[in-house]
Amino acid sequence: MSSDDHELRVSKIRNGTVIDHVRGGQALNVLAILGIDGTQNEQVSIGMNVPSDRLARKDIVKVEDRELSQEEVDVISLIAPDATINIVRDYDVTSKHRVERPRQVEGVLTCPNTTCITTEDEPVTSRFEVLDDGVRCAYCGTIVRDGIADLIGSR
Amino acid sequence: MRDDHLLTSKHLTRADIEGILDRAAEIDADPGALAGKHDGSLLGLLFFEPSTRTKMSFETAMKRLGGDVVDMGSVESSSVKKGETLADTVRVIEGYADALVVRHPRQGAAKMASEFVDVPLINAGDGAGHHPTQTLLDLYTMREAAGLDDLSVGIMGDLKYGRTVHSLAYALSNFDVQQHFISPESLQLPREVVYDLHQQGASVREHEHLDAVLETLDVLYVTRIQRERFPDENEYQKIAGEYQIDMATLEDATPELTIMHPLPRVDEIDPAIDDTDHAAYFEQAHNGVPVRMALLDQFLGGSA
Repeated sequence: MSSDDHELRVSKIRNGTVIDHVRGGQALNVLAILGIDGTQNEQVSIGMNVPSDRLARKDIVKVEDRELSQEEVDVISLIAPDATINIVRDYDVTSKHRVERPRQVEGVLTCPNTTCITTEDEPVTSRFEVLDDGVRCAYCGTIVRDGIADLIGSR
Repeated sequence: MRDDHLLTSKHLTRADIEGILDRAAEIDADPGALAGKHDGSLLGLLFFEPSTRTKMSFETAMKRLGGDVVDMGSVESSSVKKGETLADTVRVIEGYADALVVRHPRQGAAKMASEFVDVPLINAGDGAGHHPTQTLLDLYTMREAAGLDDLSVGIMGDLKYGRTVHSLAYALSNFDVQQHFISPESLQLPREVVYDLHQQGASVREHEHLDAVLETLDVLYVTRIQRERFPDENEYQKIAGEYQIDMATLEDATPELTIMHPLPRVDEIDPAIDDTDHAAYFEQAHNGVPVRMALLDQFLGGSA
């Protein structure tokens, strides 16, 4: 089957998470959400813009020895709404599910409005309400529709 | 009201608004009725930005209710200067006061602050965000002058950064009001606010020039265009000039037109208009006291 061929382009992992059906071109943003920049010896395999039956082009991210938190999956869903999360244990996929868009996301994203209180040095976690076509800061009300991945910050 | 705090006007219902305005009207008619009612209560004032009218009218309102205020003073003379966070400041002052009034230059500041305290917190302006108590006195003034239904209201000037504008627009969407927003393109209403108004089913139109709608208006709410919004002085002069009104401008207006302004004004309303029946802006400023008395009475446990 053609999809198996595509899978073979990226080697199997023993334990960890496969994030499949990521919209083409978003793989690096998925890594950014997971805070993976290659400096911590993480083992990561990426397929970018590979042909897909469901999406015209898709990305795949495979991360060894890591299972994602719900918060991480929630944010991934914003830039990769069709993604599937496969948990792999000893080469077997032990669970597989589609991401679901949450009602809100906390942390992870930084408000782009430089006059928003959450960008000050205050003990507050950023919070965004998820809209049909974007996200909205729960504090200042700023709506972001394009470039959500650019909001992935270190807070 | 559903909330323990007053952070925006966005969630105020028509019943919430009318409840406060009715109470304010009772107080206006009999200013001594609540004298001493909140004897011993203290209101904490935390103004991280300059204020004259808002701060003094809260202070007056609290004192007329028999209570008193504790004032953080200016930022320059407070611990904020030492780098204290807003979250810490409100948690400290909460221990001294029965309710807090906060003005801060950052959007969302009052909302964040409210998450750290148990006493009622009132937003007295958060950057370019909201200013709900100004809105209540604006509505009070508008209701006295023109009613609040079957109305055409023009809101003109700096609609982008004007927090009084945002709050007023949200509140007006509860009433049968056609809202006309008049501004240069660079100072249009934030898209977020337009989005919300549409979601609420409000009747909203945007214009670049007042003359397109002036003759249809019952109320014209004028706001100041600030010099610092423009990188270039000439550009500022050119644009600001188009949004100033004088007696000649009003030739096309109906004789009943009510002109409002949250004040302070600089030169957007010619002082010659002050003595006409159009001018409601000083009355508007005076209305801050009964409206804030009604509000504080409610927040301090009022309905007796």
